[in-house]
Amino acid sequence: MYDESDKTRNISWIRIYMLTNGKEFPETQVVYLPRPCMQCDNPPCVPVCPATATRKDPNTGIVSQTYTRCIGCRYCMAACPYHARDFNWFDPHFPRGMDRSLSPEVSLRTRGVVEKCAFCHHRLMRARAKAYREGRRDLKEDEYVPACVQACPVQAITFGDLNEPRHTVFELVKGPHVFRLLERLGTEPKVYYRSTKDWVRRMADNYLPGEFE
Amino acid sequence: MDLALIPKGVQRCSLKVFLPWTLLWLAILTWGLLSAFLCFYKGLNQTNMNHHFAFGLWIVFDLSLIALGAGAFFTGFLIHFISKEELKAIVNAAVVIGFICYSAALAVLAVDIGQPLRFWFIFWHANIHSMLTEVSFCITAYVGVLTIEYLPLILSNRKLNEIREFNIFGDNLHHVMALFAAAGTFLSFFHQGSLGGLFGVLFGRPFAFREGFLIWPWTFFLFILSSVAAGPSFTLLCVWVAEKVTGKELVKRSVFNLLGKISGWLLSSYIILKILDTIRWAYGVVPQAGLSFMDFYRGPYGVWLLIAEIAIFGIIPAFILITPKLRGRNGLLIIGALMNITGIVLNRFVFTIQTLAIPVMPLEKFMSYLPSWQEWGIAAGAIGYGILLFSLTYRYLPLFPQEPELNPVKVFGRVIGDFGVVKRA
Repeated sequence: MYDESDKTRNISWIRIYMLTNGKEFPETQVVYLPRPCMQCDNPPCVPVCPATATRKDPNTGIVSQTYTRCIGCRYCMAACPYHARDFNWFDPHFPRGMDRSLSPEVSLRTRGVVEKCAFCHHRLMRARAKAYREGRRDLKEDEYVPACVQACPVQAITFGDLNEPRHTVFELVKGPHVFRLLERLGTEPKVYYRSTKDWVRRMADNYLPGEFE
Repeated sequence: MDLALIPKGVQRCSLKVFLPWTLLWLAILTWGLLSAFLCFYKGLNQTNMNHHFAFGLWIVFDLSLIALGAGAFFTGFLIHFISKEELKAIVNAAVVIGFICYSAALAVLAVDIGQPLRFWFIFWHANIHSMLTEVSFCITAYVGVLTIEYLPLILSNRKLNEIREFNIFGDNLHHVMALFAAAGTFLSFFHQGSLGGLFGVLFGRPFAFREGFLIWPWTFFLFILSSVAAGPSFTLLCVWVAEKVTGKELVKRSVFNLLGKISGWLLSSYIILKILDTIRWAYGVVPQAGLSFMDFYRGPYGVWLLIAEIAIFGIIPAFILITPKLRGRNGLLIIGALMNITGIVLNRFVFTIQTLAIPVMPLEKFMSYLPSWQEWGIAAGAIGYGILLFSLTYRYLPLFPQEPELNPVKVFGRVIGDFGVVKRA
């Protein structure tokens, strides 16, 4: 029986971790840390796939998954330390009416394949097509954002091209208190976080005693 | 009823005994087939695997089967290239055991992948950078080699051998067997290594990650060495079990002793390198990832696993098997072989399960895993299939060349040599 509340088997392209500093009231602090796919620059999942079902686009840096080619061996899931990849343990189930909300731009995933966040790659395609129609080569900063960025009511996520000096993120990632998850493994994530709280930054990676000052 | 099929010069139990024996294993195989049907029909939700445990019992089982089945290629290698002629007494059994292990591993893998009908994508859309691609290519090719190696034995069945074409074909195959032994050795070295590489390349998983030589992590070489250490021991154990079940001596003790000795020396060198590798990992990969040694040994997967793998099931059997006096005692030889393969299976378990159980992100929680009855069913079914095939091979094919010599068939007190089977003893 498919059980969405089983978080070890459900499909979530972005997982929200609730972190606490572990202190008693009134010093308790809570933060929420969203974890989409890190779109690593050195992705551990890509070279391991035997069927070339996942690849890093050399132009955009987006790590994509070809659902119709995935054989479901799950080696990529074993390789990813972020648990950013989900396997379809069950047949997809769309309650009555929900099938109307399916996007023709995104291929359906069947049972037995791995899926993941691809920074809503179809939105990039759509934005590019629009720019092409308008005779432009470059996209404007707000022209392509993933659905999570658009949906966030408090604008907690900023999206853009890290290599584009005109984009906000270009400067943001150079600011203070910026960190990435498991940076020392060498995966080179392209998702950056910012927190002024030491204990939050401390939880983003593993440190030996005395290493995190 | 099936006397005409039984090899010359040997005695077999009656069908009344043989059939219930096969039914037992057939029942277990049916459990496996039912589990496989459920997994194909309903999906891998029939297992207890999840996003954290993307690999489970089946991968442990597959890795173990492939390591234990290494006796096949290694025996061929020792006979054809190191001239260990004595091992010819056991090479048929080693090939059959290898065939069983590899074919069972492929069958289990077919259930394990989420889209079994797409298995050929590995060959069609092959990613040459993936260790799993190399494993898939080599194992598939090697199952072909094992089938060819098995074929002369099948064709030497009394009835099949009467057919002239089969007789000639089987004979010719014998002459080119060295070529297939070479192919088997080449393929096996690579896939045994790549199975180790499978884990060693996971730089996102510090428990498994290893540095190495060129593109090969150290686990590549350790897996090769451990498989050739375990393979002969497993062949020895299977033959010993066959002896106990049939109540006959099937192979000369000197062959057992030689297998034990080979296993022992290979295990000793493996254990030394494994200890060095563990120390290097503990002082290299572990602190680089910001972790301490004990971070990797938590919950049910405690440090006892490491002690069990290296000290109890590594150093002790290595010592037993390399000491001629200890190895010379049949009981100790069998215990040594059993402990040896236990250690290697434990190694495969640790690399599969513990690698996934240790959360790398501090945000994640530690998890453990227990297989479902369907997962056990597939594993048991593979064992049932193996015992069935081995039993059938033993009954109808001349599996052990030394058997007629070691068990002369007596009729009314007279040895009848190799010209016929005994109808009533």
